[in-house]
Amino acid sequence: MNLRNIFIVIILTSTFACAQDKNPINTKNSHEVIVPNLVNPWSFTFLPNKSILITEKSGELIHFEDGKKTNITGLPKIYLRGQGGLLDIILHPNYEENKWIYFSYASSDNNSSGGNTTIARAKLKESSLIDLEVLYKATPDTSKGQHFGSRLVFDDSNCLFFTIGDRGNRDENPQDITRDCGKIYRINDDGSIPEDNPFVNEANAKTAIYSYGHRNPQGLTLHPKTSAIWSHEHGPKGGDEINIIEAGKNYGWPIISYGVNYSGTKFTDITEKEDLEQPIHYWDPSIAPSGMAFINSDKYGDWKSNLLIGSLKFQYLNMCTLKDNKVVKEERLLDGLGRIRSVNQGPDGYIYVGVENLGIVKLIRE
Amino acid sequence: MKSIVILLIGVIAFTSCNSNSKKPNLIAQNQTQSTLEESIKRGHLIYNDMCITCHLPNGKGIPKVFPPLADSDYLRDNQTESIKAVKNGLSGKIIVNDTTYSSTMAPLGLSDQEVADVINYINNSWGNKIDNFVTTEKVSEL
Repeated sequence: MNLRNIFIVIILTSTFACAQDKNPINTKNSHEVIVPNLVNPWSFTFLPNKSILITEKSGELIHFEDGKKTNITGLPKIYLRGQGGLLDIILHPNYEENKWIYFSYASSDNNSSGGNTTIARAKLKESSLIDLEVLYKATPDTSKGQHFGSRLVFDDSNCLFFTIGDRGNRDENPQDITRDCGKIYRINDDGSIPEDNPFVNEANAKTAIYSYGHRNPQGLTLHPKTSAIWSHEHGPKGGDEINIIEAGKNYGWPIISYGVNYSGTKFTDITEKEDLEQPIHYWDPSIAPSGMAFINSDKYGDWKSNLLIGSLKFQYLNMCTLKDNKVVKEERLLDGLGRIRSVNQGPDGYIYVGVENLGIVKLIRE
Repeated sequence: MKSIVILLIGVIAFTSCNSNSKKPNLIAQNQTQSTLEESIKRGHLIYNDMCITCHLPNGKGIPKVFPPLADSDYLRDNQTESIKAVKNGLSGKIIVNDTTYSSTMAPLGLSDQEVADVINYINNSWGNKIDNFVTTEKVSEL
C-alpha cells in the first residue's frame, strides 16, 4: 500500500466515523469570551443592569457581574440524573415591575426514587432566591435519565410556554393528553391555566398542554415578527426537527418520524399522516439541537431574521436562512468551538452563546 | 488386607473430600457467572438510558469529543478511574487510544448498583473482555 492509498483510507475512515452534515462553514465570524470557565451553561439571561444569570446543569445558579461569579443560594432541591438538573432560566417580560425569574429543573417528589421536569419562579434578593413558587411539576417521577425538555418562553400576552420531553417513555407519553411528557405547555404567569387552552374541556386531560406528540424539545423561541412559537426537538437518529407550534396540534412522535432508532432499526415506516403536523425542517444526520434564537438586531447586517440553533453533536452554531417559513440555507458559524447548549440575543443586540467546557461567548461577524 | 482397607478408606476419604471441596466452588462460579450475566443485562438498560447519546450504541463515541468505550486502552488500564468516572463524573484531560479528550462528563446520578451494572455491561460488550466483575460493594468503597 503506497502513501496515497493510506491517505485515502484515512480520509474515508474519518469521514464515515464522523458522519458530519454537509453544511458549509462560514469563516467570516469569530467570538469573544464573555464568561469564562463554565462546564455546562444550560441557559442564561440578562438582568436589566446587564449582569447575567447562568444555570449550570449540575445545579448551580451563577450571577456574573463585573467579571465576577457569585453563586446564588436558595434554589429548590434539584434531582440530578442523566440529562436532568438545573435547566432553563428567563425573566418575566415585565421584570422591571414584578421581579419574577422563571426557571426549570428536575425535581423528585417525597418518597419517590425518580424525578421529572418542574417549572418554578422566584425573586432575586442580593445573592439569594426568595418567594419561590412551583408552577408546574410533571408526573409521574421516573428514574429514566433522558428527555426533560425544559425550555421556557413568554409570548406577547405574557403566557409562559414550556417544553417537557417524553422522559424515555415513547410508547405511552407523547400521544396521550391525559399524561404529562412529550408535550409543549402553556400556563399563565402565575401558574394558572389559560381558559382558552386547547384541552380544557377534554375529560382527564392535562389542561396545561398546548401541543403534543413531541420527543425532546430543547429549543423554544418567539418569532420576532409573527410572534409565533418556534421550537426544535431532538429526534431519534436522523430525525431532529424544527416546528411552528400551534394550539392543540399533534406533532406526530412516535407515529411519524424521519428518524430511526439509535441502533439503526426502524420503529415506524411512515413520515407523514393525516392530522399529524409536518416539521418545517428536519436534520439527517441529527445535529442534536439545543438553544434557539432569531437574530433581531442590526448588529449582523443581512443576517437579520436568520435563525440560530446550537449543535451539540457537531459543535457549531447552525444559522438557518429562512424564506416563507422554510429553511433555504444552512451555514456553520463558530465551527468546532464546542458543544453549543444555549443561544440568546442580549439587550445590546449581540448574540451570546453558551458553550460546554468553555463559557458564554459573543458572536462577532467579520 | 488391613493395609488395603486403610488404603481404600484413605482413597474414598480423599476423593469424597475432593469432590466436596470442588462442588461449592463450582456453584460459586456458576452463581458469579449468573449474577454477572444479570448485572450485564441491567447494565444494558442503564447504558441505553444514560450513555448511548454520547458514546453511541456501538460504544465508539465521537472522535475527539466523546471517548470510545469499545476497545479503549483507558478503560482496560484504568478500571478504578473508569468506575469513579461513572460514579462521580469526570473532568480534565484523558488520553484514550492516543487521542486527547477534554469534555466534561457530568455526574450521572446513578446508584452504586447501577454503576456496577453499567460498567459490567461496558466491560463485556462490543468485543470488550475485561475480566473485572464489579460489585455494588466495590463501587461503594470508591
